[in-house]
Amino acid sequence: MTSISEDSDKEKVRSVSVDLNNDASLVIDIPDALCERDKVKFTVHTKTTLSSFQKPEFSVPRQHEEFIWLHDTIVETEEYAGLIIPPAPPKPDFEGPREKMHKLGEGESSMTKEEYAKMKQELEAEYLAVFKKTVQVHEVFLQRLSSHPIFRKDRNFQIFLEYDQDLSVRRKNAKEMFGGFFKNMVKSADEVLISGVKEVDEFFEQEKTFLLDYSSKIKDASAKAEKMTRSHKNVADDYNHISGALNSTAADNNTAFKKTISVCVLQKLEDRVASDQELKLTELLRYYTRDIQAAKDLLYRRARALADNENSNKALDKARLKGKDIAQAEENQKQCLQKFDKLSESGKKELTSFKARRVVAFRKNLIEMTELEIKHAKVRRLKCCVFSFKRN
Amino acid sequence: MSCMKRLCHETRSHDRLRRTLAVCLRLSRRLLLKMSEERDAAALSGSAQTEGEEDLFVSAMESPEAARLSAEDISPSSNGPKAEPMLLDDDPDDLFAEATEEVSLDSPERQPILSDGPSPVITPVTPVMISSRADVFDRSPDQDEDEEENRDTFDIQISVSDPEKVGDGMNAYMVYKVLTKTSLSIFSRDEVCVKRRFSDFLGLHSKLASKYMHMGYIVPPAPEKSIVGMTKVKVGKEDLSSVEFVEKRRSALERYLLRTVKHPALLKDPDVLQFLESSELPRAVSTQALSGAGILRMVNKAADAVNKMTIKMNESDAWFEEKQQQFENLDVQLRKLHASVESLVCHRKELSVNTASFAKSAAMLGNSEDHTALSRALSQLAEVEEKIDQLHQDQACADFYLISELLGDYVRLITAVKGVFDQRMKTWAKCQDAQVMLQRKREAEAKLQHANKPDKLQQAKDEIREWEGKVQQGERDFEQISKNIRREVGRFEKDRVKDFRVVIIKYLESLVHTQQQMIKYWEAFLPEAKAIA
Repeated sequence: MTSISEDSDKEKVRSVSVDLNNDASLVIDIPDALCERDKVKFTVHTKTTLSSFQKPEFSVPRQHEEFIWLHDTIVETEEYAGLIIPPAPPKPDFEGPREKMHKLGEGESSMTKEEYAKMKQELEAEYLAVFKKTVQVHEVFLQRLSSHPIFRKDRNFQIFLEYDQDLSVRRKNAKEMFGGFFKNMVKSADEVLISGVKEVDEFFEQEKTFLLDYSSKIKDASAKAEKMTRSHKNVADDYNHISGALNSTAADNNTAFKKTISVCVLQKLEDRVASDQELKLTELLRYYTRDIQAAKDLLYRRARALADNENSNKALDKARLKGKDIAQAEENQKQCLQKFDKLSESGKKELTSFKARRVVAFRKNLIEMTELEIKHAKVRRLKCCVFSFKRN
Repeated sequence: MSCMKRLCHETRSHDRLRRTLAVCLRLSRRLLLKMSEERDAAALSGSAQTEGEEDLFVSAMESPEAARLSAEDISPSSNGPKAEPMLLDDDPDDLFAEATEEVSLDSPERQPILSDGPSPVITPVTPVMISSRADVFDRSPDQDEDEEENRDTFDIQISVSDPEKVGDGMNAYMVYKVLTKTSLSIFSRDEVCVKRRFSDFLGLHSKLASKYMHMGYIVPPAPEKSIVGMTKVKVGKEDLSSVEFVEKRRSALERYLLRTVKHPALLKDPDVLQFLESSELPRAVSTQALSGAGILRMVNKAADAVNKMTIKMNESDAWFEEKQQQFENLDVQLRKLHASVESLVCHRKELSVNTASFAKSAAMLGNSEDHTALSRALSQLAEVEEKIDQLHQDQACADFYLISELLGDYVRLITAVKGVFDQRMKTWAKCQDAQVMLQRKREAEAKLQHANKPDKLQQAKDEIREWEGKVQQGERDFEQISKNIRREVGRFEKDRVKDFRVVIIKYLESLVHTQQQMIKYWEAFLPEAKAIA
């Protein structure tokens, strides 16, 4: 059972998106989380001045599935078709630390006490890092909802925040999962079809090409960044083993064969750099991969509406030709046109603000990452100098 | 290999019988031995001299390190870090405080490990008595110590460079240029340049090993053969791995020569001089694996392994036992360390590859980004990462050539050290055998006395004298080798400490340099990142 509470450097952790709690009328955060075996229980804490809520301040426990339920209901709401829906937080993934723990348990007999203790420490740190990450991602999801003028008024959202008891969100059964999977497939097939649809609006045409291209690039960059940080972690691990081996060498020899400490410290620094890089760059890229997907979904919905609009126009023409069901067709066409216009309008707004948001987030993260890199490189350089000086 | 095992098994049972006999007899022989010792000790000219000699040795060891010029080039930037300490006061970082606490690198125990004194059972032999073997250099141990004292005039630089491929196909080989620059008088010229191939080096090593190992000198081991690596080079593949292989070998050969000439006895060896100076060297055919000599070597190795298992030496000197244990431990640890460092090198190479691919990906992302400032920033980021990738590569090289190879060298050196200890065991065993024979001869003589056969009696008496001589010789050899080993081990440990220190400093300097560069790159990037509007 692990829990974190009132973590002061959570501020550093939470930076994938810009600070979304600017509006004091609805402030959400996840100050605490408990991890039991497989499940993570988040404590969602809300402070609000809005009258639609019963109390000005309250907390509820929520699990990951409930977040997913919230996301899905929002996606399925017809009204929000013209909005970019914040991507759902990914499932907490403790696979890495768990695997490591397994390895640690197996190799316990073959390691020295110090090595074992060190690896355990390392494992705990990694576990904590994954934990912090998942809390952050869930928090950001809620904050994006709360900072959006339309989503914050969503009834389901309010229930999510407020409802004391368990939402009893049953997990999707097999049929629903399959249905969802099938829907996705249809959607991607549709996407291909729809990208062929003639786009009248210059803005959307541009956006479409941009988003399609950008989405593949960012996915690629995100994957490569992950690989890079993983290699970095490997290097740090190696330093760990080396310092362990050196420690044992030095302990046995009474000659001046002690160089363990310098390498130890270096290793710790490498580790920190690896995890900082991981948080800043990789998380940023990962998050925006998902966000871009959400933007693409919006475009898709609009394109769908456009196709529907065209179809309804055709149907109207056909009806006029045939001379029957004209009124119905007219009604249909009017609705489609309305929907399409609404989508286009809100879509434009959303996409523009999305771009602005993305640029700001990238800037913030890149600056922070660079500053951290510089800081750590400086400290490492200092240490190396100190050690070589002392040696001389 | 299995037939070898069977061979060993058979010899083992035979030997074991002999050994057990020896062990049983030894206890009663001790008394006789002590008597003969006392006889010897009385004949020696003063133990005072031995004391003095030890002191000379001790003082030589403690002469300041700075006076000794190492044969290796110490990097000129070693003065660099001295400028940095000014930064020490500036950074109030917590991490830094932690560092100063933990570091305690100045070890007070600089003195080498010398034995506490003469071994209790056998009194040390005066240095005047030189071994009568013809193939040993005619010099007394006294001279050796003088050599050490005058180390500050030791000046020799060797470089191995310019690998050239000679010949074609499977008969091709690499030829290296060996350049020796020295001011020592034993060399005929100040600067000598010769061309040598790998088997020449191996030949040199095998000659030195056969001459000096049994005396207890630690002969530096030659670099290992590598069939796979060489075949690639022979076949003519000009790819990265064969270039790396040649470079690795060149560097190993250079280190080998430097270590060899650092040894005062080996430096004066005619074979070494010939190797470094003469332009033509007879081809060392016996180094090939499948030659007659090669097979003989394998047999010897197997026999040695058997001997090691069967000889149960009665170690009277705790120093040797302690040292052997120490070296065993060190061996295990170094191997582990070596494995870790190799894995580090591998991972760092991987990191550099991944960084490069990320850099490309970030560049593409920057291209497709439509916000101009962000696009420019992303492209810059890509460039920075590319440069960092290069840094990582260089760092990997440093990791490898500095640390990993050094560790590999030392793992092999420790094997040589252990070999020297084994030699001592063999000498002791020989001595024991001689004593057994002597005893037998004496018994035979005693029997003959009773049987009253005058001519056979004379022969028996002659034989006894002969074996007495052999016993004395055996004891002297054992003394000599024990003494040599003590000195060699002391020298080895000092060299090891020095070697490692030099390498660690170089490594740290390379790390410092890497960090400098990283700081430079990231600081250049920061304004770009800030400029995203």
